[in-house]
Amino acid sequence: MSQVNRLPHGGRIDRSKPLRFVFDGRAYDGYQGDTLASALLANGIVLVGRSFKYHRPRGILSAGAEEPNALIQLGQGARSEPNIRATQIELYDGLIAESQNRWPSLTTDFGAVNSLFHRVFPSGFYYKTFMWPKSFWMKYEHFIRRMAGLGKCPTEPDPDRYDKLHAHADALIVGAGPAGLAAALAAGRAGARVILVDEQQEMGGSLLSDRHAAIDGKPGAQWVADALAELRSMPEVTLLPRTVAFAYYDHNLVSLMERVTDHLSPTSPEALSQPRQRLWRVRAKDVILATGAIERPMVYADNDRPGCMLASAAQTYVNRYGAAPGKRAVIMANNDSAYQVALDLVDAGVSVAAIVDVRESADGELAAAARARGIDILVNHAIVSVAGKLAVREVEVRRMAGDGKSVTSDGRTISCDMVLSSGGWQPSVHLFSQSRGKLTWNQDILAFVPDRLLPGQNNHSVGAARGVFSLSGCLVDGHAAGTAAATAAGYTQSAGNTPVANAQPAHGPMRALWLVSSTAPLGHKAKHFIDYQNDVTAADVALAHREGYRSVEHLKRYTTMGMATDQGKTSNVNALAMMADLRGISVPEVGTTTFRPPYTPVTIGAFSGIDKGDFLDPIRKTPLHSWHEQHGAPFETVGQWHRAWYYPKPGETMHDAVNREVKAVRTSVGIVDASTLGKIDIQGPDAAWFLNMVYTNAWTKLEPGRCRYGLMLGEDGMVMDDGVTSRITENHFHMTTTTGGAARVMAWLEDWLQCEWPDKKVYLTSVTEQWAVLGISGPMARKLLSEVAPDMALDDQSFPHLSFRDGVVAGVKCRVYRITFTGEATYEINMAPSYAMHVWRALMQAGEKYGITPYGTEAMHVLRAEKGFIIVGQETDGTTTPQDLGMDWIVSKQKPDFLGKRSLQRADTKRPDRKHLVGLLTEDPNEVLPEGAQIVAELKDKPPMEMVGHVTSSYYSPNCGRSIAMALVRNGRNRMGETLHLPYEGKVVKAKVTEPKFYDPEGARING
Amino acid sequence: MLLIPCPFCGKRDEHEFTYAREAHIARPTNGEQMSDAEWAQYLFMRKNPKGVHYERWMHAKGCRRYFNVARDTVTHEIYAVYEMGQPAPAIERENGR
Repeated sequence: MSQVNRLPHGGRIDRSKPLRFVFDGRAYDGYQGDTLASALLANGIVLVGRSFKYHRPRGILSAGAEEPNALIQLGQGARSEPNIRATQIELYDGLIAESQNRWPSLTTDFGAVNSLFHRVFPSGFYYKTFMWPKSFWMKYEHFIRRMAGLGKCPTEPDPDRYDKLHAHADALIVGAGPAGLAAALAAGRAGARVILVDEQQEMGGSLLSDRHAAIDGKPGAQWVADALAELRSMPEVTLLPRTVAFAYYDHNLVSLMERVTDHLSPTSPEALSQPRQRLWRVRAKDVILATGAIERPMVYADNDRPGCMLASAAQTYVNRYGAAPGKRAVIMANNDSAYQVALDLVDAGVSVAAIVDVRESADGELAAAARARGIDILVNHAIVSVAGKLAVREVEVRRMAGDGKSVTSDGRTISCDMVLSSGGWQPSVHLFSQSRGKLTWNQDILAFVPDRLLPGQNNHSVGAARGVFSLSGCLVDGHAAGTAAATAAGYTQSAGNTPVANAQPAHGPMRALWLVSSTAPLGHKAKHFIDYQNDVTAADVALAHREGYRSVEHLKRYTTMGMATDQGKTSNVNALAMMADLRGISVPEVGTTTFRPPYTPVTIGAFSGIDKGDFLDPIRKTPLHSWHEQHGAPFETVGQWHRAWYYPKPGETMHDAVNREVKAVRTSVGIVDASTLGKIDIQGPDAAWFLNMVYTNAWTKLEPGRCRYGLMLGEDGMVMDDGVTSRITENHFHMTTTTGGAARVMAWLEDWLQCEWPDKKVYLTSVTEQWAVLGISGPMARKLLSEVAPDMALDDQSFPHLSFRDGVVAGVKCRVYRITFTGEATYEINMAPSYAMHVWRALMQAGEKYGITPYGTEAMHVLRAEKGFIIVGQETDGTTTPQDLGMDWIVSKQKPDFLGKRSLQRADTKRPDRKHLVGLLTEDPNEVLPEGAQIVAELKDKPPMEMVGHVTSSYYSPNCGRSIAMALVRNGRNRMGETLHLPYEGKVVKAKVTEPKFYDPEGARING
Repeated sequence: MLLIPCPFCGKRDEHEFTYAREAHIARPTNGEQMSDAEWAQYLFMRKNPKGVHYERWMHAKGCRRYFNVARDTVTHEIYAVYEMGQPAPAIERENGR
C-alpha cells in the first residue's frame, strides 16, 4: 500500500475496488472512482509533465476540464492518445499513462535548457524570426519544432468504433450541479423532454466536493442521489454523464461528445462491444447552461512549481477523492472561498501553514472560523517567491505596500509542499459566448457574466454560470429556468417546489489584484505564469503592451495566450485584466477574444463516426455490377457510381486490355454498361418550349421517335452539360445527361421551372435508375442485334441514326436508341433494370461468334477521343463556351432566346483569341502527354514561361497507331500546324496543333 | 446550423437544404436589347447586406421545392419564409441589430 497521500477515510472512491495503473513505467495503486490525477496525488506524485516552451517541471493545477499542465499520453500503440487531461481520465485497472514533452525523463529533461535561453524565446518570437533574417528561421525551425512539442500522434489507424446520434429536446441542460439538477427536476416533473449532460463520470457537480451543503434537509450528496433516482424514473428524461457539450451553433444546435467506454480498459469485452465515443447533435427548444465557474489562479512569482494548485482543486481532491495533494499548504487568496478550503483541509488532517490574504482585512464569517481553528492568517501579504524546482519546498511572504504594486521588506519564509491560490471565479460562459451572446463585466465578482442573448438563440444561464455562487441562488435559478422551459414548450404539470438549501456562510468583498508583485522587477529572477500551457508570463503581456500589441486580439496572437488546447480557461481573464491595468482602462474596455468550439478537444473519430471507408459516401452500382466483378473489372468512381474501368484477361496490363477493347469496337462489336447515364423524363404541353430554353439548339421540330444531341449552357454562356434527348411523343421527352452531372442538371431544370417559369406546364422525373442501358457498338452491332431482336426492322431506312424504336430484345421489352459515342454504328438498349443481366448475357452469347468484347470506361474515353467527342468537365472547366469547343454548329442563330444566349454576345465571350479546343500530335508517336500538362508557345531556358493552354484529354490510340491528345490552347484554331512545347518531368515534348479529330473525320462509319 | 422552416414540410435541419442564391432577381426578357453592363448587372452583381437578406433555398433532401427566405445575415434569424412568386415582405427590425 504505497498511497502515501491517501487520506485514511472519506471521499467518494470505492476502497473495496483497488486498481493498478502504470505511469512512466512504474506501477501504482488507486481506487475505483479515482481520476488519474487524484490517484497520482494519492501516491505522492506531484511532478507530471514539462511545459511547452521552457520545459519547466509542472504539476497538477486543477481538478477538471480547465487543466493546463497535467497533459498525458494515454494508452499504447494504435490507441495511444496525446494531450489528455489527467484530471479527466477515469482510472481503470491496467491503465497506462506517460508524461509528455520531456527527454529522457521527467526529472532530468534536456529541453529545460530552453528556459536558460528564455530571452531568445520572448513572446512574438515566431513573428520576429519570420521577419528577419529569413535564413535564421530555416536553420532553427526544425530544432524548435522538436523541442516545443506536446504529445505524440499514434501512427497506426484507430481501431475503435465511433457513433453519431441526432436528438431533439424541450430542454437541454448542460451541467448537473445543483442548478442543473434543480432545472432538470422542474422541467422533468412538468413533463418536458429533457436531456441532462455532465462532463464528469458522476453527476452532482460542486455538491460532490462540498461536505457542508444540505438541501431539503438532506446532505448534499444524498439529495443528488435522490434527484438522479427521480430523474431516471422519468421516461422523457435522458441522463448523459461523461458527456461534454462542446459546441453551440446557430438556432440552438448543441454538439455533445459522450465518452461511452473511455473509462473502461480498451480491450475489455464491455468496451469492445460498444462504440468508444458518441457524437450527439441536439436541437433544443431551450438550453439551460448550468456550467458552473472556473477558479482563477493568482499570478505570483514561480506560480508553476509542482505543488502550486487552485484552492478549490485541493478541496476537491481531499473531499471527493480522499487524496491529499500534499502535507502542508500555504493558501493565497483575494476572496473568502479559499477559507472554506483551509477549513476542509484541516478537518481532513492536512496542515495549513498560513492563509496569505492579499486583502487589507479578512473579517468574514469564514475567516473567523479559520482563526478559531488556529490557522495563521496574514492579511495584506503576498507570496513573493516559491522555492523548490521539482516540488514546492517553501514560500517567501511579504507585507504589501499600500497600492499592491510592490511589497515591503517585512516578511518571512514558510515551509510547505503546496501553494493553493484563489483569484476568484470566472463563470463558464463558453457555451453562452459560442451562442454569440454578449458578456458584461461584474465588478463585484471580478468576472464576465452573460448579458444579452443573440436573437434566434434561446438559452438561459443559471447559477454559477451567471455569477450566482450561493447554493440557494443556484437552486432557485435552476428551478425557475427548468419550469420556464417546460411552460414555454407547453407542459402544464407541476414542477414541484424549489429545493431549499441550508444556510451558507456569507462571502465578503474581493480585491482585484491581477499581478502579485515580487521583490525583483517583472521578468527577472522569477516567472509569473499566466497561461501555463503556452508558457505565457506576465512579462510577456508587459512586452506585448510595450511593443504596441494592446488590443485583445493582438495580445492573444502576439503572446499566444489562450491559444493552447485549454483555450485559456484559467488564464484569459488574468491576461486581459493585466493588460487593462497596463493601459489604465477597465477590463471590459479591453474585452474578450471570441469563444469558439470545442470547449475541450474532441477526437476526429467522434466527428467522423461511421462515415469512413465504404460508409463515407453512398456507392451506386449498376444492375450488371456483379458481372463486371466476376470478369475482373476494376472500378472507376464517377460521382457516386462505380463503373467498370476495363476487363483485363489473364496476363494483360491495363494498356493491353484497353487496346484490345478499343480495337474490337472498330473491327467487330463491343458492349458497354451505360446504365449510369443521367436520365430525366420530361412531360407536359410546354416541354418542347422548355427544351428550347435550356439547350442551345432547336427542339420544336424534332419528330416523335427521333433523338438529338444538345448542349446546355449556364446563364453565363459556359458549357455545363450535354447529352442526347429523344422525343417519345408530342409532349413527352427523354433526356440524358452526363453521369456525374445528373443531379446538378435536375436541380438546374427544376430551378428554372419553379422560380422563373412557374406558369409553364412541364413536369420532370428522374428516371436514371429506372432504365438500365447496354450499348453495343461496332461494324457487327446491327447483325448481332438482328439475331436477338428478330422482330425489329434495323435497316437504315426503318431505324436511322438518331432515332429510337420500341421492340423486343432477347424476349424483353426494350427501347433501343441509335446514337453513338464511339463513331461506330451503335444501339443503346434500354430496359427495366431487373432484365439487364438477362439481355447482357443473351448478347454475350449471341455475339460470341463475332468476338463480342465488353469494354469499360477507359476504352469508351479512347474511342470518343479518337472521334474528338468532348466530355463536359474534361474538355470544359466552366470557362468554356460552345465556340471555344468549335461547336458553333449546335448554337441556334434563329431562336429568340435560350439560357446563356445573351452572354455569348459579351465582349469577353466573343473575343477571337480565347482558348480553343484543338488536337495535339506529339513528335514522338509513342509519347502520351499527361492530362493537365501546361503548353508554352515560346520556350525559354527556365520558368517563368508564358503558358498558353493545357492538355484536357490524352490517350494512346491503337486505331491511329499513336498517341492523341486534345487541349485548350489560346487562339488555338489559328495555330493549325504550329509546333508547341510541353515542358514537364524534366523534359520538353514537342507537339503539333491539329483539328481535334483523329479517326474517321468524315463520320463514314456511323452506319456500320 | 440553421433550422429552416420549409413552407411545405415544416422545420428541418439546414443539412436538408441547398442554398439557391439571392431572391427576386427576374431574368430579363429583353436581354438582346441590353448593354453588356446592364446584362452584367443581372448576371454577376449580387447584394451582400449586413442584415435582412432575401434569398432562395431548395429543400433538396425533402420536397425539392424552391422557396424564399428572409434571413438576417448577422444573427441568422429567419424572419419569413414564403413561396415563389410572392413579393418580399417588409421586415421591421429593432434598433441596434
